[in-house]
Amino acid sequence: MTLGAKLRGPGWYRAALSQPISLAFSVGLVAAVRALYGYDPVLDGNAITTVALITMPIGFIVGIGCFDYWFRWASGAPTVPEDHSGHGAKTWRDYFKVNTDHKVIGIQYIVTTFIFFILGGLMAMVIRAELAQPGTQFVDPNTYNGLFSVHASLMIFLFIIPVFAGIANYVIPLMIGAPDMAFPRLNALSFWMLPTAGVMMVASFFADGGAFATGWTAYAPISTETPIGQQFFTIGVQFAGASSIATALNFLVTIITMRAPGMTFWRMPLLVWANFTTSLLVVIATPFIAGSQFFVLLDRSLGTHFFDPAAGGDVLMYQHVFWFYSHPAVYIMMLPGFGIVSEIVSTHARKPVFGYRMMAFSLVAIVILGFTVWAHHMFVSGMFDWMRVPMMITTMLIAVPTGIKIFSWLATLWKGVIHLTTPMLFALGFITMFTLGGISGIILAVIPVVIHVSDTYFIVAHIHYVLFGGSVFTIFAGLYHWFPKMTGRMYDEKLGKLHFWLSFVFFNLTFGPMHFVGVDGMPRRVADYADQFATWNAVISVSSFIFGLSFLVFLYNMITSWRQGPRAVANPWRAHSIEWQVSSPPPIFNFDEIPTVVGGPYEYGVPGAVHAVFGDKKAPVKPAPAGGGGAPPPTTE
Amino acid sequence: MGRLLRKRPALGMALLSGVSTAVGIVIVLAIDWFPVQASTASPQIDTLWDVLMIASVPVFVLVMAVALYSVFAFRAEPGDLSDGEPIHGNTRLEVIWVTIPFIMVSALAVYGWIVLDDIEAKQTDPLIVNVTGQQFAWRFDYPDEGKVKSTELVLPEDRDVEFRVNTDDVLHDFWVPEFRLKTDAVPGLTTKIRLKPSRIGEYDVVCAELCGLGHATMRSAVRVVTPEDFDAWIAKEQQSETDGGAAAAGGDEAAAGKQLFTETGCNACHTLADAESASAIGPGLDELSADAEKYGEQNDQSPEEYVKTSITEPDAFLVPDFNAGIMPADYAEQLSPEELDTLVKYLLSVSGEEKP
Repeated sequence: MTLGAKLRGPGWYRAALSQPISLAFSVGLVAAVRALYGYDPVLDGNAITTVALITMPIGFIVGIGCFDYWFRWASGAPTVPEDHSGHGAKTWRDYFKVNTDHKVIGIQYIVTTFIFFILGGLMAMVIRAELAQPGTQFVDPNTYNGLFSVHASLMIFLFIIPVFAGIANYVIPLMIGAPDMAFPRLNALSFWMLPTAGVMMVASFFADGGAFATGWTAYAPISTETPIGQQFFTIGVQFAGASSIATALNFLVTIITMRAPGMTFWRMPLLVWANFTTSLLVVIATPFIAGSQFFVLLDRSLGTHFFDPAAGGDVLMYQHVFWFYSHPAVYIMMLPGFGIVSEIVSTHARKPVFGYRMMAFSLVAIVILGFTVWAHHMFVSGMFDWMRVPMMITTMLIAVPTGIKIFSWLATLWKGVIHLTTPMLFALGFITMFTLGGISGIILAVIPVVIHVSDTYFIVAHIHYVLFGGSVFTIFAGLYHWFPKMTGRMYDEKLGKLHFWLSFVFFNLTFGPMHFVGVDGMPRRVADYADQFATWNAVISVSSFIFGLSFLVFLYNMITSWRQGPRAVANPWRAHSIEWQVSSPPPIFNFDEIPTVVGGPYEYGVPGAVHAVFGDKKAPVKPAPAGGGGAPPPTTE
Repeated sequence: MGRLLRKRPALGMALLSGVSTAVGIVIVLAIDWFPVQASTASPQIDTLWDVLMIASVPVFVLVMAVALYSVFAFRAEPGDLSDGEPIHGNTRLEVIWVTIPFIMVSALAVYGWIVLDDIEAKQTDPLIVNVTGQQFAWRFDYPDEGKVKSTELVLPEDRDVEFRVNTDDVLHDFWVPEFRLKTDAVPGLTTKIRLKPSRIGEYDVVCAELCGLGHATMRSAVRVVTPEDFDAWIAKEQQSETDGGAAAAGGDEAAAGKQLFTETGCNACHTLADAESASAIGPGLDELSADAEKYGEQNDQSPEEYVKTSITEPDAFLVPDFNAGIMPADYAEQLSPEELDTLVKYLLSVSGEEKP
């Protein structure tokens, strides 16, 4: 192919070319508009950066080829509706292209998000190095504030939320017996928006005045006054958010309309339920964070006064809008993990999930309650007093559906035949650590206590118990569990167990003591602290370094096993759900013939029970129209 | 024993949980969680905390016990390919584990609400203290006590105090850990805290809401003193404020300048040996005389003009290695022209001397 053809066709050459063009367009637009208004100077660095932050990612996404098919269709050029040229991966190069195969996109998501996980983790290491003793040692306060802000933003927006989307992308269509997601090209677009958001956030360190340094919460009015680095967050979040919303819509449509015959809602594996409910949360809540950041963007760039009280703005409005997304976001980061743990506990303990329907109902209850608690992040914010007690009550009520889940997993373990594989260990680690995070969550609902501990290290401890001991443990569990399916090879069980024990022990030594220093009066988000907290902080820092190193065991295991691990059989865990009934890795269109679902997904111990059959024309269940009423609910009780 | 427990797993579990719960409760109550109790709200909140801890331990122990017990009792032998019993659920159990947590959290919520009502109860004849946060210092004034202004928070023991909290710029949070209470300082709002100091001693006001570069070092001293000492302090402050004005008019400009330097909060960010400040958020001022000459020349300003402009328009000229937008830009409003002159003279007079 000639260079000219490469630059015209979709791919990295055209994506690279798009960058100078987008930048030139931004410079031109800013210069033209400013000249028109008679502003001096005509070229303003901040204005150009702001416009370029919008045009360059869009240029990249167009250049790499996410819109080619749609442009052709919109311009009336001939298109091939069943064009599968961009589907599936034959070589490693295909993972670097716009690909419509949900399995390829799943891997793209997982690998990309882990790169940002490593970056965010390295930032955490620098943070802990700085905090190892009081005073300022390695970084100045501005860099420090930038480090914890970018750390949190990467972990939330570029790791936990999208890595779950990646795992689900790979597994959900297989689990429900679908050949792909409902909108494969939208799926590809969702993925390619993600790295642009992440690169933007990391690149903010090179901005004039340093990275955004207002925390991942970016509270106004400080976020409307800090240097240009803030803009990288404000706009980056829009791309990450758009990616999440598009994926969530895709999941909803896929789960509603593309289930295999016989797959009624009450026969769906709980991971499918979890992604269904998560997607509802994403679609309803994510536009709110987009809104909050647009307000900041407009205040910063166009001189509006949303958060300027002198001009009639309202500072607390930011927090209400922000938390109306960001509290449900906690469940966006947790419900998929609940689903993964249900799959793993049931399969590796060889027992049906205890109280399957209550498990599904509790997910729905969490979705509904999750929208009624946002102001518990604002108990000391100065908002109206009357709102606090109702929010305390709803927050504490969430303990009930969450409790149902924990107790049901425990009851699933009870009298099972427990195989302590690596995924099972991580699932058990999750159940115990998440219980601690849940308990500190209850404590954080009780207003008089919150008035003391809010904005302290107690909060830092709580969120890491929920998001690391909770979400990230389930991510590790899920990756080990589906590793054979995704790669066709087995991981090293010994290294997996070593990874678990190192993580589990040093996770607790890192984040456990933060409860103590927090209650004792150490505020969060500080580069320097009083000498009385020095001992605990030294312990925390040393533990955190070993905790960080434990990740290398995981990385080594994943890379070497993927390259030369022993071949995996189709169903190494003897699981019942459909993804294990096809080869590892699955065929390019998942199923040579679409399965028919004839029973529940977890009928372990029931003689002769199967979840789905292939090609059995005499299947006992009448095929259900996808999305329709389906067969009558099966008797799983 | 081992065989018995394997036969009657529930019994083993109950034993294990009971013992661990007792041990766990002893441990959580033995831990010294909080700083000293210096307000009447502190003991109430600490007791609430203890109750929460006591309620939490059995829940955590139960989860741990079932998980650990299952792992030991129901672990598969190598090569065991059998399945567990196909138990799909148990309605009675599920009703129990919906009901008990519901009752527990409801009771805790009611208790929390009662404590909240108590610590925020209306007060009789409180001492009003206006608290103002700015990047990166606190100011306090006592409107009913002769409008005394201070950068140190002095409070009488055993008297109701109402703090009215404001901010000059971004969000801050007024928190004294020993009092247990905090509230954000919100642009455009006045937030309130009511409390009664109950212990004589020295504490810190800690800023608990990220407010920028100097957030970690935004601290002020708090002294709780006897009512008599408090009255004496108020009288002395009133006196020195009259004196300060007189001194400025009469000639003791150094004292007045130093007072302005700390009261305006300059010391929160700038190093100045004479005023015993050592913060490095903004440029150090110990060499200011020389710097003002050098940078003033670059900008065609006299040293005095340079220092004055640097205070009123901090971004007009940036000292190398420091960024725009960090220093508050409203000192022209905060300080009168006379005060500004006093401050400039003071800064130039104390920054030129040879260091010993």
